[in-house]
Amino acid sequence: MIDVIIGHYNYWIVIVLMMAGFYTVISRGNLIKKIVGLNIFQTSVFLLYISIGYVSDGTAPIIAEGFTRYSNPLPHVLILTAIVVGVATTALGLALVIRIKEAYGTIEEDDIHNQDESL
Amino acid sequence: MIEQNLSLLLVVVPLLAAPIAAMLPNGRLPWLLALAVSWLCFILAAWQLMVVIDGDVIQYSLGGWAPPWGIEYRIDALNAIVALLVAAIAAVTLPYALLSIEQEINKEQLSLFYSVFLLCFVGLLGITQTGDIFNLFVFLEISSLSAYALIAMGRDRRALTAAFQYMIMGTIGATFFLIGVGLTYVETGTLNMLDLNQRLQPILEHRTVHTGFAFMVVGIALKLALFPLHLWLPNVYTYAPTAISVFLAATATKVAVYVMLRVVFGVFSNDFVSITPADDLFLLLGVIGVILASAAAISQHDVKRMLAYSSVAQISYMVLGMGFASVYGLTASIVHIFNHALMKGALFMAVGIIVYRIGSSRFKDMAGLGRQMPWTFAAIFIAGLSLIGVPGTAGFISKWYLMLAAIEQQAWPVALAILIGSLLAVIYMWKLIETLFFEKAEQHEIGQGVQQRSEAPLSLLLPLWLLVLANIYFGIETQVLLKATATAVDLLGVADYHE
Repeated sequence: MIDVIIGHYNYWIVIVLMMAGFYTVISRGNLIKKIVGLNIFQTSVFLLYISIGYVSDGTAPIIAEGFTRYSNPLPHVLILTAIVVGVATTALGLALVIRIKEAYGTIEEDDIHNQDESL
Repeated sequence: MIEQNLSLLLVVVPLLAAPIAAMLPNGRLPWLLALAVSWLCFILAAWQLMVVIDGDVIQYSLGGWAPPWGIEYRIDALNAIVALLVAAIAAVTLPYALLSIEQEINKEQLSLFYSVFLLCFVGLLGITQTGDIFNLFVFLEISSLSAYALIAMGRDRRALTAAFQYMIMGTIGATFFLIGVGLTYVETGTLNMLDLNQRLQPILEHRTVHTGFAFMVVGIALKLALFPLHLWLPNVYTYAPTAISVFLAATATKVAVYVMLRVVFGVFSNDFVSITPADDLFLLLGVIGVILASAAAISQHDVKRMLAYSSVAQISYMVLGMGFASVYGLTASIVHIFNHALMKGALFMAVGIIVYRIGSSRFKDMAGLGRQMPWTFAAIFIAGLSLIGVPGTAGFISKWYLMLAAIEQQAWPVALAILIGSLLAVIYMWKLIETLFFEKAEQHEIGQGVQQRSEAPLSLLLPLWLLVLANIYFGIETQVLLKATATAVDLLGVADYHE
């Protein structure tokens, strides 16, 4: 039992990060905090993929003398792509927040909602 | 020679055109480039459909790496239908976009606008071309990210919050999809969709496979705005620039429906769906979505918003078709992907023309306008009939197959919901017709806009009528679409329904 918990510690971290990020996105009204939550959520998925690619006692997937077990490089490569997507999303999100701040003078979701309602 | 490379050309041509458009000077040049690209893609996509309509498959291995190791583009009838639809809608939206975008977007942003539009186009086409599930995720994000940027260019400041909300929900959806892909990769060691399908069959009972499936379905459901995950959609369609509302309403959610079909029936399988609650869930959410979204459409004060809620209802019809998981059901889904793009594209274009003239899309501002804009009004009328599903229009064909699917499985509550949904559509379309034609015009100032109550320029009317005539054409001449659909359904491997 203890082995299962400790042996899979990276997966537990993934779950904690995933839930923390997801909860932040849903519960926070501040747009920047939402983006931060979204980032944590995405990062947890990156960790999940990297954990998947690990092979016990495997080394980095570089052909070298004396090493025969390599970690699976494919998930790592996939995550490089996903990181790029994540960076693009963050950049776009922050750009939108700046425009929202210019247009509304606030980045609190409730205030924005109230301003739109009062029109 | 070209035939072998069709699938790749459809992605490469607009992808190369996008940075070129960004470098062109503001003005009409970027538009001309985008227009040329969209028509070229339309021709290529039509050619592609002709090649695969009888059940042939076009394969292309990127970089010469043999599948399943390399990324493979694999075109069968289903991909080709959706690719043709995306290219066709882009090809009619762009002539329309010229005037309406010049009115709505700053001149300094024009070349960037068309560049981002081309990127969105690449993303949507790429989704339809690729046979690799991770590649599909990347294209999904290319199209979504560029869509957020396009929406944020709307005149109203609420376009910004709509884009932000869409971005949050869309990214959550994409990340869920990514988790699902990871979990199925753990079980199978492959990302090629065909290979995945074969390797998944012996392990359909595994819990990881079920978890992965659940993540993917929820992720795609966010992208396709399945009730109750549709909350981002009404604001997006209401506040986006008109041409973007037309393009996204007709393509983005439809492509997401295609992804759902491909993942549920192509990657997993009909056998798998029958051991999960997914099909019942599709039926349940579809029924609720059809009725609630149609009812919500009736109470809207803004026409664009009304059409957005109507879109949620129409997407629910497509999901219902998937829920039946039968030949008739999937035929209805695929045919409705196509037909709904035609009718909703036409309706958003027509409303966009009214916005172009009077600068508002609220019901009370357009009272009596149908008399001054007879061609636009007639287009709304015919597209509305198609939306309701009157025989002789495209909408009837998809409703007909959906009813056949419901009757075949004796799912009377679903059949009833389809009928109620159509009746509700009559009510909300009538509300628009009544306002436009029978109400007295009120003379009052409307904020911005030129307030010119006369028929629109030809460059806006022509694309609109092209779509309206397509609605009638595909309501009468059903052979080609149904043949392609039959091939697609056959390849998805859904057997005839048995008791």
